[in-house]
Amino acid sequence: MMLNSSTGIMIAKGLLETLYMTVSSTSAAYLIGLPLGIILVVTAEGGILPRPALNKILNIVVNLTRSVPFLILLIAVLPITRFITGTTIGSTATIVPLIIAAAPFVARLVESSIKEVDKGIIEAGLSMGATPFEIITKVMIPEAKPSLIVGGAIATTTILGYSAMAGIVGGGGLGDIAIRYGYYRYQNDIMIATVVLLIVVVQVFQDIGMKISLKQDKRR
Amino acid sequence: MNAALCGIFLKCQYSGVKNFPPGKTALKQTMNETSPIIKIEHFHKAFSLNGEKITVLDDINLEIEQGDIFGIIGESGAGKSTLVRCMNYLEKPTSGRIIVDGQDLSRLTEGQLREARRGICMIFQQFNLLMQRTAEKNILFPLEIAGVGKQEAKARAKELLELVGLSDKADNYPSQLSGGQKQRVAIARALAVNPKVILCDEATSALDPATTRSILALLKDINRRLGITIVVVTHEMSVIEEICQHVAIIDKSKIVEVGKVQEIFAHPKTAAAQRLVYPDAKMRERFIGKRCCRIVFDGSSSYAPTVASMILECKAPVNIMFADMKDIDGVAFGELVLQLPEDKALASKVVGYFRTHNLFVEEWGDDAE
Ligand SMILES: Nc1ncnc2c1ncn2[C@@H]1O[C@H](COP(=O)(O)OP(=O)(O)OP(=O)(O)O)[C@@H](O)[C@H]1O
Ligand SMILES: [Mg+2]
Repeated sequence: MMLNSSTGIMIAKGLLETLYMTVSSTSAAYLIGLPLGIILVVTAEGGILPRPALNKILNIVVNLTRSVPFLILLIAVLPITRFITGTTIGSTATIVPLIIAAAPFVARLVESSIKEVDKGIIEAGLSMGATPFEIITKVMIPEAKPSLIVGGAIATTTILGYSAMAGIVGGGGLGDIAIRYGYYRYQNDIMIATVVLLIVVVQVFQDIGMKISLKQDKRR
Repeated sequence: MNAALCGIFLKCQYSGVKNFPPGKTALKQTMNETSPIIKIEHFHKAFSLNGEKITVLDDINLEIEQGDIFGIIGESGAGKSTLVRCMNYLEKPTSGRIIVDGQDLSRLTEGQLREARRGICMIFQQFNLLMQRTAEKNILFPLEIAGVGKQEAKARAKELLELVGLSDKADNYPSQLSGGQKQRVAIARALAVNPKVILCDEATSALDPATTRSILALLKDINRRLGITIVVVTHEMSVIEEICQHVAIIDKSKIVEVGKVQEIFAHPKTAAAQRLVYPDAKMRERFIGKRCCRIVFDGSSSYAPTVASMILECKAPVNIMFADMKDIDGVAFGELVLQLPEDKALASKVVGYFRTHNLFVEEWGDDAE
């Protein structure tokens, strides 16, 4: 079977599903991961609000989730997925494990970006009487912005890769199509088309992220 | 340039800058003028490193008067930064009291401490400007924290940029400014909420000599015109000489000498002070075996050709062994080492000449008195 209009529509639909999964789970992962990453930095020893016990617990939780391979996590959380979405297949169902896998990853990305902020600048803020909240919102986040944006691009493309993996369990999107047609039915043309599309999408996200970051970076 | 600066200062004062912003951010004004603005009592600071306790500062007692420019000098690792960081409680003392503007910092709640900090600003060696904010927005930062209204804050930032001579750089990011310009922005930022004290931790150590001089001149003017007390931490004696009225010398976790700059410069008592005053220890060794005298120009004599007059009057040929002289506002400052004539009578005549001209003379050599 050659690529025709109906497969074209199928691939376009797959692309939309992939974008839907990627964008929505990345956003949700940031809702959790951004505060979590910041909390990891500020509660650490020598941070602006040191809470060693809390910091230790959060680190363990993040490490545990990070150490489970995505494919296994995907299957392990199926009951949770069913409980939340009522189903275990399709792109909406895939968003649940994606968020669970991505949030701690995002937290680590955010943590490393925020840690890069010069201690001296934070100290200057403190010496002017800024509250910890003001340090976070007026110093840490704005100063780390270029790095946070690069992190955002990395997170998005990683999550896109995860979403394709979810194709194994009927997760929808381009990965699902590649596995069903390319792997089970040996339709290499469809396989190649989806792979090329995935590469293009990753490139686009990466480029946009880098461009915005560069534009935002006033350090040079 | 200086005249222009004066104009701006005057303008700022007349436009009410001095009392800006009122209320919330000002430190308590209850104290009288003569009590010290910073008082440190039995201050002790130790860090624990791998379970081991390292004493960095030990039983420090210090009083800094309102309106003073107070220098703290010591060798690297002496604990200068630690001491100055305790003055706004960025670092907490292990024991002892730090009283700033009548408030014992240890007794303040976190919120009160933050408010107190607005009266004690700090400028740093590495400037520590927000890199993602323009010069103007950097100055707005403390005003945002202090809750000053947008319009008012913008006007204030504009005045301050003028004050530090950077009106045309308002929209430059720190990366687009030179080191000296960055420090000017940092000074403007420190002045934004009208502090009573400015703490400078090696504020000029990253700058070249000419820029250092201009920054020090700016600090001096700020001190003179706005009456802000300035604490200057440095490892360079030249910085102390240039702007400080009083100085404390820290050595081996203690304050070993404290007093007027001229006095310490003229009569350094402790070894640590002598090391700082004669930075080149080898210099002294060169004179061993020769009969020399060291003459200190401590700012009390005018920049008259004293040596030339002495030679004319005493008819004594002398060798200048070492000279480090500065002419600051027409006043001689520095030191001079002369090799004295072999003839003892003539030598004491030379020494006498300088002494009658109110100069401090110290005799060195095998048979020095
Ligand atoms: N957080 C810390 N933990 C352990 N030791 C510290 C800490 N901060 C400073 N020290 C030690 O305290 C001593 C004094 O440090 P400080 O930074 O005050 O010196 P300094 O006089 O400012 O030196 P420099 O001129 O090099 O800036 C040093 O020996 C340093 O190793
Ligand atoms: Mg230091």
